[in-house]
Amino acid sequence: MIKIEGLYKTFWGNEGDVEALKNINLRIEKGDIFGIMGLSGAGKSTLIRCINRLEEPTKGRIYIDGKDITKLDKNELRDMRRNIGMIFQHFNLLSRKNCRENIAFPLKIMKYDKNKIEKRVDELLEIVDLKDKKTAYPSQLSGGQKQRVAIARALATNPKILLCDEATSALDPNTTLSILELLKNINKKLGITIVMITHQMEVIKQVCNKVAVISDGSIIEEGNTYEVFSKPSHKVTKSFIQDVSLNLDKSYMDNPDNTTIIRITFLDEKAKEPLIYKTIKKFDIEINILSGKMSSIQERTYGNLVVGLRGDEKKVEEAIDYLKNQGIIVEELKLNGSIN
Amino acid sequence: MEVLIESIKKVALLIPVPLFETLYMVLASTLFSVILGLPLGIITAISEEGHIWERRGLNRILNGLVNITRSFPFIILMIAVFPLTKLIVGKRIGTTAAIVPLTIAAIPFVARLVETAIKEISPGIIEAALSMGADIKQIIFRVLIPEALPSIASGITLTIINLIGYSAMAGAIGGGGLGNLAIRYGYQGFQEDVMIGTVIVLILMVQIIQSIGSRIYNKLVK
Repeated sequence: MIKIEGLYKTFWGNEGDVEALKNINLRIEKGDIFGIMGLSGAGKSTLIRCINRLEEPTKGRIYIDGKDITKLDKNELRDMRRNIGMIFQHFNLLSRKNCRENIAFPLKIMKYDKNKIEKRVDELLEIVDLKDKKTAYPSQLSGGQKQRVAIARALATNPKILLCDEATSALDPNTTLSILELLKNINKKLGITIVMITHQMEVIKQVCNKVAVISDGSIIEEGNTYEVFSKPSHKVTKSFIQDVSLNLDKSYMDNPDNTTIIRITFLDEKAKEPLIYKTIKKFDIEINILSGKMSSIQERTYGNLVVGLRGDEKKVEEAIDYLKNQGIIVEELKLNGSIN
Repeated sequence: MEVLIESIKKVALLIPVPLFETLYMVLASTLFSVILGLPLGIITAISEEGHIWERRGLNRILNGLVNITRSFPFIILMIAVFPLTKLIVGKRIGTTAAIVPLTIAAIPFVARLVETAIKEISPGIIEAALSMGADIKQIIFRVLIPEALPSIASGITLTIINLIGYSAMAGAIGGGGLGNLAIRYGYQGFQEDVMIGTVIVLILMVQIIQSIGSRIYNKLVK
């Protein structure tokens, strides 16, 4: 379990100080795949680096399994790091060592005995499905294969925590999926806690059971991934999620001034009900679908629909009230797409 | 035609000893300058701000030393270190004595090359090693040196070639070697054939060293 309390990080520069992290409080349970999402410059990279102290926190406490790691001295810190694996956006493999030697690297650092290293490397190659690339050098591997080697290397010492620093950002969508699948399996089979930072919402949706959204050095939203993504409360989170949503233009409609535009968010089972049809039938109004999207988060469905309602003003109001009572989220929009 | 054959014979007889002297001076000074320049370059690189062993004061001193030594014209450096040469070798002039100034001139050169090679290594690789719990010694010997090795190897090739040039200057003031031969026979004795022969030998030498160096570099890069 990782517990972060009142964490601050300030960089002192010639052109003024930068508060990269401001009062971060987080709790990551054992076995979580915890996503930290933010735009570049939001502080997510600094935050994940504080967990293994590649970045020294300015203030605050970080407990790993109850132990405050901000108090460790150099030697204790090295021991602690051996219990935390880390993978990176650009893989960071040793270019002059082949797969086997790269994976063996952390074991050599810990002065494992040769036979033991050999055996462990074979196990790891099996886990990441790269047995046939044992003697290949990084320059001979694809991005996805390099990340697999990096994962094997990070797992070599049987860490309890795996930190992923934008681990899929340099990969194409298909490769990203296969790496995420691998991380999911590792989490399930080995029970390892995974903390990942990313700017890609899709990545979080795919694998993370919990998510924290960081903006300008602070956590602005946090919780179960499905809850946060289906009902975002902060505008930064919304901008992440509703990226597809709309720059509604007057030309969308023949008579825009008479139209009330709403965004409907369906969750779980509600996503499967014919609510639009029911509403039209019940209130006898026009419902014009302007945009829509169904997606799934952690195998749960949620849908987003933007519609224009037109008809008798009173009926339109009643229809909106009706929809609101159906256990779905209804928000009125203005024509430029912003929420009323 | 006969003149040409005569010249070749003459040069062939004159070349071996100075050639050996040049090789001796160059290889010995390369060896010593690498032994001393390698650690100097590594320390300069890792003591820089933000690197794994930040020591700003030390870094400034080492940089200053390297710059000062590098700004000496070799011929002046050679004379300036006479006392030190005398102390180490027992005399100020001669083939063995020339190794001292050659080494001193090459140390900062090697140090800069090593420093550059090390600073070229992606900080991500070092960060990865740190995240695995490697200590500074392990990072130096298992990450920095192995990763920088191809660049260091091509730097050493460059050093050898530079030292061949310097050694000719050492020859001019009594260090022996090919430089001495070219000056004594070619310049002072008006024997152009010896001058040309010496130049050809030097060109061949540089070519051979460069091609060996390139081959080693290609072997090291993966």
